[in-house]
Amino acid sequence: MSTTVTVGLGSCGIAAGANKTYEKIKALKESDKLDFELRKTSCVGMCYREPLVEITDDSGTYLYGEVDADRAVEVIEKHINQHDPIRDYIVYTDLFDAPENNFLNDQVKIVLRNCGYIDPESIVEYESRKGYEAIKTIVAEKISSEIVIDTILKSGLRGRGGGGFPTGLKWKFAFNNKSSEKYVICNADEGDPGAFMDRSVLEGDPHSVLEGMIIAAYTIEATGGVIYCRAEYPLAIKRLKIAIQQAHEKGYLGKNIFGVEGFNFDIYIKEGAGAFVCGEETALIASIEGERGMPRKRPPFPAVSGLWKKPTNINNVETFANIPWIIINGAAAYARYGTEKSKGTKVFALAGKVKHSGLVEVPMGMTIRDVIFKLGGGIKLDKRFKAVQMGGPSGGCIPEFLADTIVDYDSVNATGAIMGSGGMVVMDETTCMVDVAKFFLDFTCKESCGKCTFCRLGTKRMLEILDRITNGHGQQGDLEKLDELASQIKDNSLCGLGQTAPNPVLTTIRYFRDEYEAHITHKKCPAKVCRPLLTYTVDESNCTGCMVCLKNCPVKAITGERKKTHLINQSLCTKCGVCFSKCKFNAINLS
Amino acid sequence: MRISRITRNETNSNSDIQDLSLLDPLIAKHNGKKGNLIPLLQGAQELYGFISKAAFDKLSRETGIPLSDMFGVATFYAQFRMNPVGKHIIKVCHGTACHVQNALEITESIEEVLKIKDGETTADRFFTLESVACLGCCSLAPVMMIGDQTYGKLTGNEAIKIVKNIRLAETN
Repeated sequence: MSTTVTVGLGSCGIAAGANKTYEKIKALKESDKLDFELRKTSCVGMCYREPLVEITDDSGTYLYGEVDADRAVEVIEKHINQHDPIRDYIVYTDLFDAPENNFLNDQVKIVLRNCGYIDPESIVEYESRKGYEAIKTIVAEKISSEIVIDTILKSGLRGRGGGGFPTGLKWKFAFNNKSSEKYVICNADEGDPGAFMDRSVLEGDPHSVLEGMIIAAYTIEATGGVIYCRAEYPLAIKRLKIAIQQAHEKGYLGKNIFGVEGFNFDIYIKEGAGAFVCGEETALIASIEGERGMPRKRPPFPAVSGLWKKPTNINNVETFANIPWIIINGAAAYARYGTEKSKGTKVFALAGKVKHSGLVEVPMGMTIRDVIFKLGGGIKLDKRFKAVQMGGPSGGCIPEFLADTIVDYDSVNATGAIMGSGGMVVMDETTCMVDVAKFFLDFTCKESCGKCTFCRLGTKRMLEILDRITNGHGQQGDLEKLDELASQIKDNSLCGLGQTAPNPVLTTIRYFRDEYEAHITHKKCPAKVCRPLLTYTVDESNCTGCMVCLKNCPVKAITGERKKTHLINQSLCTKCGVCFSKCKFNAINLS
Repeated sequence: MRISRITRNETNSNSDIQDLSLLDPLIAKHNGKKGNLIPLLQGAQELYGFISKAAFDKLSRETGIPLSDMFGVATFYAQFRMNPVGKHIIKVCHGTACHVQNALEITESIEEVLKIKDGETTADRFFTLESVACLGCCSLAPVMMIGDQTYGKLTGNEAIKIVKNIRLAETN
């Protein structure tokens, strides 16, 4: 068996310097005429160890972590030239106990089955791992639309964009509406801040999404396909374009595809222009049509009247990526994972104050605690775990005492958060929950399309109250006002954006009321985040009198002489925090 | 709310006079096609870095799409700019993961060193500073992107160093 060296080139890897690593290895291979195959792949999910390099040789597979260009030289020299793997740098292997073995072994990879294993720019590699076999089987065995829909229904797959609507049912509606023109749309407008599952799938395995769309097209008898992708994901768009081109060349897209007379289906990419509300399906359709992305009333649902008023089926990236696997392995194999009402697996983007931030795919039913502590490795710097934010601006914060909640649609909903598309932002004791609520509300307020009064103005009024609270001007009765506004916004908004916008505020009030009260009544921020509520003082025992804070203070509130303890004049201090961030000696105290 | 007032921009100096004929192939490509408004605007922005009043006028005149529709769409989407931008656009991520890991410090540090506010462009049109919702590199938070390059695990001082180095590399 020959030796292969594979470099992970997803967005996160590239940001961590993987291109330099790749170029270095390539240069070494050429200059020293080394005998190995150099491959590219995408993200395996272990973003916290990027750049990653995998070496496979006769003895087994070794995954090296944090391989910058210098370390690459070392690894190639030792491992390739001297056949002596460097144990200290290996993060994963099936040969011995490596630090990250559990991270991968505890996952169930269905959606991410190819991510980090294949070269995403090679259709051959996708096909070598059963790629396009699902659609080929359907075509060869002339499996009817009804049977495909039935398989998807039986698998229990629910919409992974966050709505959780049964995918099979959606397909059935679209199939039942007869029309000579129908569309399949892939929603890749991943707008939740703190979520990057879809980006990783598109960058790592674009063909799986195309195949899912082709199966949907075959099933509902669609004639056109659109992938609506965020413009912020340039690498995903590039790889999708390559994948579409390759599929064309193979006869998997275009006219009479897979040799089936009359099976015409093509896909084009529509780059989003930056509006969160376009994740809502009717807004997304309006945007493809070149309009302002404003949602409209449903019904009629897109399955009846969607793109260009034709029946349209919209699914999210992750949903489509599941489809080929389900067709090949059967509904029962998929439904084996998960809980009664939520089947299969879910991909989560772990981020925030967690040690192993990255991408994980777990069976539904795992507890949130296990996701964060077993896979995520716990909290950074071993601080206290406070809450986890799920569902982005539509979701909520789940507190530590509910961490044993299992991940399925209904259990997460019961906490007041939502499953959402899969962002999990972990928060520790240094995160202020009022600030987090304000952050999300600021986001939804800016992103509201302005159509519904309660969403347009209500979110603004709520934001003003939160602003006031975090600035030390909170009043008694503010929480009740927030509650009242929240329920009105929920009841009187047309689309999901407004209906869920108050969730981050409601869940934080529900679980962290004491923090709100500390802000309002005592004018204190317990997590020491809200600057106007802090007092900056000089710690005499640490201050060296270096004068750095004094020079940087924009309002000259700091006095003192070289090598003598400085003093902050509280009546002048504007609480900008510059002294705190400039001090190298930890001599500025916050209270 | 995704609606913004259009501020009349009278300050376009002589250096901003654009070669509007560059728009011709774009118009030829999209004219008459359904759903062409966003691609037209995206194309125009690609050419000039922003969409000037003159470009709007020409697009509207030659495609027959009313100016009001064009402004309506252009102001709705975050992507479109009505004012000239700097050569380098600094996008500081303010997604959730970056927010809880002090993305504010990155923005403030750059504001301080470039002497501009968030959303503004330096006088020499070298840098534009922007906040974006999420770049999807949450594991590297806090993150900023300049051109195609993403910089992760930043501190305020590191961000300043990166920005200074870019200017240094291009002025020498």
